Amino acid sequence: MYTCIHVSLKNAKSLICDLLQNSEDIRCKCICPPYRDIEGQIYKQNVSLKDCNCLHVVEPMPVDGKDVEAYCLRCECKFEERSSATIKVTIIMYLSILGLLLLYMVYLTLLEPMLKRRLFGHSQLIQSDDDVGDQQPFANAHNVLSHSHSRPNMLNKVEHAQQRWRRQVQEQRKSVFDRHVVLS
Amino acid sequence: RRRMENPGYRSGSVDSLRHRPSDVVVEDDDDDDEMVDIAGATLDFSNTDDDPPLGSGEYFVERGSRAGSMSGAGPGRLVDPLEDPLPGKSKDRDRHREIANKSRQSTVALLHSVSDAFSGWLLMLLVGLMSGALAGGIDIAAHWLTDMKEGLCLVGFWFNHEHCCWTSNETTFQERDRCPQWQSWAEIMTGTSEGALAYFVNYLMFLVWALLFALLAVTLVRAFAPYACGSGIPEIKTILSGFIIRGYLGKWTLIIKTITLVLAVSSGLSLGKEGPLVHVACCCANILCHLFTKYRKNEAKRREVLSAAAAVGVSVAFGAPIGGVLFSLEEVSYYFPLKTLWRSFFAALVAAFTLRSINPFGNSRLVLFYVEFHAPWHLVELGPFILLGIFGGLWGALFIRANIAWCRIRKSTRLGHYPVTEVLVVTALTGMLAYPNSYTRMGGAELISELFNDCSLLDSSQLCGYKQSNSTSGAGVGNGLADRPAGVGLYAALWQLALALVFKMMITVITFGMKVPSGLFIPSMAVGAIAGRLLGVGMEQLAYYNHDSAIFRGWCSPGADCITPGLYAMVGAAACLGGVTRMTVSLVVIMFELTGGLEYIVPLMAATMTSKWVADAFGREGIYEAHIRLNGYPFLEPKEEFQHSSLTADVMRPRRSDPPLAVLTQEGMTVEEVEALVESTHYSGFPVVVSQDSHRLVGFVLRRDLLISIDNARKRQEGVVGASQVVFTEHSPAPADDAPPPLRLRGIVDLSPFTVTDHTPMDITVDIFRKLGLRQCLVTKLLGIITKKDILKHMANDCQQRPRLHPLQL
Repeated sequence: MYTCIHVSLKNAKSLICDLLQNSEDIRCKCICPPYRDIEGQIYKQNVSLKDCNCLHVVEPMPVDGKDVEAYCLRCECKFEERSSATIKVTIIMYLSILGLLLLYMVYLTLLEPMLKRRLFGHSQLIQSDDDVGDQQPFANAHNVLSHSHSRPNMLNKVEHAQQRWRRQVQEQRKSVFDRHVVLS
Repeated sequence: RRRMENPGYRSGSVDSLRHRPSDVVVEDDDDDDEMVDIAGATLDFSNTDDDPPLGSGEYFVERGSRAGSMSGAGPGRLVDPLEDPLPGKSKDRDRHREIANKSRQSTVALLHSVSDAFSGWLLMLLVGLMSGALAGGIDIAAHWLTDMKEGLCLVGFWFNHEHCCWTSNETTFQERDRCPQWQSWAEIMTGTSEGALAYFVNYLMFLVWALLFALLAVTLVRAFAPYACGSGIPEIKTILSGFIIRGYLGKWTLIIKTITLVLAVSSGLSLGKEGPLVHVACCCANILCHLFTKYRKNEAKRREVLSAAAAVGVSVAFGAPIGGVLFSLEEVSYYFPLKTLWRSFFAALVAAFTLRSINPFGNSRLVLFYVEFHAPWHLVELGPFILLGIFGGLWGALFIRANIAWCRIRKSTRLGHYPVTEVLVVTALTGMLAYPNSYTRMGGAELISELFNDCSLLDSSQLCGYKQSNSTSGAGVGNGLADRPAGVGLYAALWQLALALVFKMMITVITFGMKVPSGLFIPSMAVGAIAGRLLGVGMEQLAYYNHDSAIFRGWCSPGADCITPGLYAMVGAAACLGGVTRMTVSLVVIMFELTGGLEYIVPLMAATMTSKWVADAFGREGIYEAHIRLNGYPFLEPKEEFQHSSLTADVMRPRRSDPPLAVLTQEGMTVEEVEALVESTHYSGFPVVVSQDSHRLVGFVLRRDLLISIDNARKRQEGVVGASQVVFTEHSPAPADDAPPPLRLRGIVDLSPFTVTDHTPMDITVDIFRKLGLRQCLVTKLLGIITKKDILKHMANDCQQRPRLHPLQL
């Protein structure tokens, strides 16, 4: 039915199953309230809509023959279905986008200034007056790049777009976080 | 301004004032960010004589905004100066008329006209699909991440608690939420699930996860899209009133808002996701507008799409399409024609349908808090409902004052310098105080569903801990839902709820407005629902113990099920939400769409009206208008009135002490003179008059358009130099042989600016500004008159195509 790949992590042993097709995505849930001396019960079974009633789902039946009808009348049965594939795909997509964003943030904050410093040398990083108080290394990278004309056109365009985006974000950050207004 | 002085910023530009237009023009070709913004330059409000916006009632007529209508125009194409709602619509009518006339000529043109009409609907369909899909994704991810704070599913880490235990076989009521596949962190880490150690480990892991999520949310917002913070509804209101905030509805804002909304909601903070979903829907609409030429170039039509998108946002947040449309009409939109009504409804339905087919909840539950009871209510209960309305109004007024005061503290003191720390501290505080109380530990939406729920025999929650009366345990007949005395479980639940009420009231004040996406519908409804439920249970017990008294005798006999505390919770939620946002019709419709309880319209209306009246007695603004005023957006409030009557002559410029009005004459000025005039002033536009002696109005020209066209003319047109004449008339005199060719700029002049006279009362002038969405209005003297009869005659004669006569030739 489904293939399982065992992966053992350090602290928690978890079973990550690759569910190719889950026929368990439908169920019938019957809630039966307390009856005489029987406690309230919940029954779940993997049946289709036509079989979603008390007689098929409540097993084992806690009362005998003539009380079954009275018991079943009090029970409420609901048919539910879900799509576990949708859930899996959504969560994995979400986590991957989140991971990519975090990696990009780490790259922009830590790695890129280091790389630029190695490539262009310390002297070319101009600290302008504006950015003295600003800890973000986003700002002065464009100074360095505007001096490089030797790159091919396409890469230049991408760099240009990125620098323009960074300037925008920096402006937005200044207005939202420092001055607490949305408009600059 | 500071940026202009930075030598590294722009190499080679001379004049700082000319930066903005040429900056945007040159970079237009490869600036893909332009594509998804509502175009226009960044608003520059850095005027040195900055009056604090709060408290000042003046609206500068000429300095409204320096954002021209740069809707992605290339260097050669002149921009459209007519971009306010009414003029923008007239430009669209021209375009439509042209297409309609051409459509009779050939089949291709006919198809073109059909597809043009169809494109609006197609756009609405796409907006609904995209928003519905995103909202479904946000819901699934938020549910999963919220449960992540408590434990992990061993059969598939992507399942939340409910889905993990979906197929489990636990049968008793006590164990209905437990199953072996779902293990709390204490079980995973220490192996036990009971006891002090387990509690402590769970508590600690809860806090750790909450802090991690909050930290991720605020750093992502800070690093990539600072505009993604907050609710978004005040800014969208401002955008819909004609103001342009560049980047606010861009693709990065969309991505970051979606991702961080999930993180913020899951971190246990007291916020909801409705406001941010409106922002997300508007971002989708803005991005999709760029696929259609009709909407990409016309600001006015784009704003209509945004109005519809706001409706879509509320529709997917609650599953309430009609309520969403009414919300857009009442709260968000500035200009809402009937066509937008129908299209908004269509988009909202498509979105709700998409959400349903994604089916995140597993039982086709489209409505967020579906209530199953249909118990009738009695007229006497209107008393407590009105009491709830008064509570809602008082809480609304109090919340707005407290929240604005806190936001002002954040703006002006050192608290504002540490946004990340602030978020972490508030999350830690919320987590530490919320965990011990089970009602604050569960999320806002779950709390509200539990409070709305009426206790049937199938429920086992603490809130339904009534003492079983003797009659039902034996025969099994009789009304099991009759009013029963409270049991121990219920008393415990009541004092926990009271503590939860106090906690939520205080924590929401400091949470709303932080630098993470935050909405306030759910927290307000939670406060109201708790208050309502407490009152409802109180009434129920009162009726049980005093069923002989005059009030209850007629309708509440023992053994009857007369008071439904769940209904009181619903009414309380509506009252509190109405008190905070001052919504009226849309709130009632949202509530009965949310709950499906059509019988309860009258109590909902009574409570909503009472809460609005009480709250309005303390202050006329809702929370969104208060934030608009706090942030100083140029938003003309529809409800404001003047305390003193004044005339336009008192407010218009130039005042007595000002230099005379800077005007351009329709001919006779050279390019140099025009440039000098433009650069010596800060105005965003200039009136064009017949001559310096007779200030008879010809039109109005925007600064941007002037600068761009002069710039272009210098670059492209032959022979245009500083001494060339600038001509705004249609037919210019032939130039002398040795004079340089004239520069014809009639095309950029708006020949139909709106005007008022100097003795028009300010009330009427402000009304004109509001209703027509103007940025500037000229003050003129009389030239002629047009009456309604003239208009009717003209419309009747319109089928005979008469050429437009020049007014001076009549």
